[in-house]
Amino acid sequence: MSERLLTVNELHVSYGKVEALFGASLVVDRGTIVSVIGPNGAGKSTLLNALMGVLPSRGTVVFNGRDMAKITIENRVTQGLCLVPETRELFAQMTVEDNLMLGAFTRYRKGDKGIRASLLEIFKLFPRLEQRRTQFAGSLSGGERQMLALGRALMSKPTLLMLDEPSLGLAPLIVKEILHTISDLRSTGVSILLIEQNARAALQISDYGYVLENGEIALEGPSAELADNPRVIESYLGIGGGDR
Amino acid sequence: MDFSILLILSQDAVTNSAIYALLAMALILVFGVTRVVFIPQGEFVSYGALTIASLQLGAIPGTVWLLIILACLAAVMETARLLSSGAGRQLPKALVVTLGPPLAIAALVKLCAPLHLPLGWQVLLTMLIVIPMGPLIYRVAFRPLADASPLVLLIAAVAVHFVLVGLGLLFFGAEGVRTPPFSDAQLTIGTLAVSGQSLCVYATSFLFLALLAWFFNKTLYGKALRAVAFNRNGARLVGISPHLSGTVTFALASFIGCLSGILIGPITTIYYDSGFLIGLKGFVGAIVGGLASYPLAAAGALMVGFSESFSSFWLSGYKDVVVFTMIIPVLLWRSLSSVHYEEEE
Repeated sequence: MSERLLTVNELHVSYGKVEALFGASLVVDRGTIVSVIGPNGAGKSTLLNALMGVLPSRGTVVFNGRDMAKITIENRVTQGLCLVPETRELFAQMTVEDNLMLGAFTRYRKGDKGIRASLLEIFKLFPRLEQRRTQFAGSLSGGERQMLALGRALMSKPTLLMLDEPSLGLAPLIVKEILHTISDLRSTGVSILLIEQNARAALQISDYGYVLENGEIALEGPSAELADNPRVIESYLGIGGGDR
Repeated sequence: MDFSILLILSQDAVTNSAIYALLAMALILVFGVTRVVFIPQGEFVSYGALTIASLQLGAIPGTVWLLIILACLAAVMETARLLSSGAGRQLPKALVVTLGPPLAIAALVKLCAPLHLPLGWQVLLTMLIVIPMGPLIYRVAFRPLADASPLVLLIAAVAVHFVLVGLGLLFFGAEGVRTPPFSDAQLTIGTLAVSGQSLCVYATSFLFLALLAWFFNKTLYGKALRAVAFNRNGARLVGISPHLSGTVTFALASFIGCLSGILIGPITTIYYDSGFLIGLKGFVGAIVGGLASYPLAAAGALMVGFSESFSSFWLSGYKDVVVFTMIIPVLLWRSLSSVHYEEEE
């Protein structure tokens, strides 16, 4: 069960001369949910964008036994890496169904016959998307857009799903629903690297956690232990600190 | 003006509009997917017409040389890219893919050109020569600039236009050509006589417009291209390669241009630089559609076709002036009706 899926070693990312990530190292095991928590500007989104190849980086990223250094974003998707960015990046002028089908684009190119079946599975997971299947993605509510972004990512049958702030800007009830779905995804065999400002919720659904501060991993450990760590409680879980 | 003149002018207008509509589609597509305002679109039209004219004379068209030169340039660039990224092992395959098809096409043309093959084969050979130029031009001129601003891409497009027009003069000379019509049939409806060639233009254009609509609305590859036009980042994140979509788009653009050239060759005399003006008129149509909407662009193409045809009757010396002046009210209307984000504080 504890087979390594992703190993990140000494990852450096800089925007021009300003370094945003100073040698972050982390691992994700197959079939687990790993969360990265930390304050605004700590470099969480930078980390995911670098792992996806959206941002150039130094250091090693080994995914599924392969070095990702020279792999393009598209080929990372083909190999099972998938990112749902904070901005969702949906195709607003296309229908919900088209958005989902395009999520399976790399599978379609490989001649995968199971795409329709996957679409039905996504509709089962998010019945609301089925009701809106012919509606333009741009006309959806915030929660529905997040469901669509998640659904589109799942359509590519990822091995590792990277989620950047899936609860951002959503009503508390919807947040609960989305996080519940994410936690259920574990049973389908997909591993998840989750970035959340809502540290309490993130640690509740994840197996292992990292705390990223000022571009460095400050703390790490099993999520339950992190949730009991006095420093984490004070900075991220305490009253008024949960959403800092 | 009596009714029969009205009919003749309208017939002319519809024939030209069909071509402008095709070119407008190509321009919108290329702009959407790659953000290139593709000024050289019209050059494919003149290359198409001039290439088939050469083949009909039994000569090897000069465009074959251009195809080989482009392929060599692309091969050099691909080699440099692979070697600098340390992927030298992929080099043999890349060279075969880049150089193989153009060289094979050149050999085929050399073999077939003197044989005076029937029209269908000449059309096919012309397409084989002109269509690969689209992807090759993308590889050589635009792919290295993929992340540049639309202004830089526009400047590159203007440069490509000048190069292609100059080479057109070199390959084909300053003489104009008019190819024999595909069919001599004449359809008479009342006082209106419709030539078989015009019917060919209508049928092919409408068929092709319908095919494009089907491709973009019904197939996942078509939707993927639209997705790139809507949201490049989103498209990359679902695994749609911008380079692949650029290549496919430019192939479609050269296909549409070449097809238009072959279609209008028998209707109007085509010179090495005629394509520019034809392309620009397609561009006016595309602008009416805001370089984004296909149906509006088709309407714009009709508008261009009709105003061109009727002004050639009333103000023949100013027909191009009339067509291009139309862009001013359109731009005014667009600038008043669209939202200006940059004015927000």
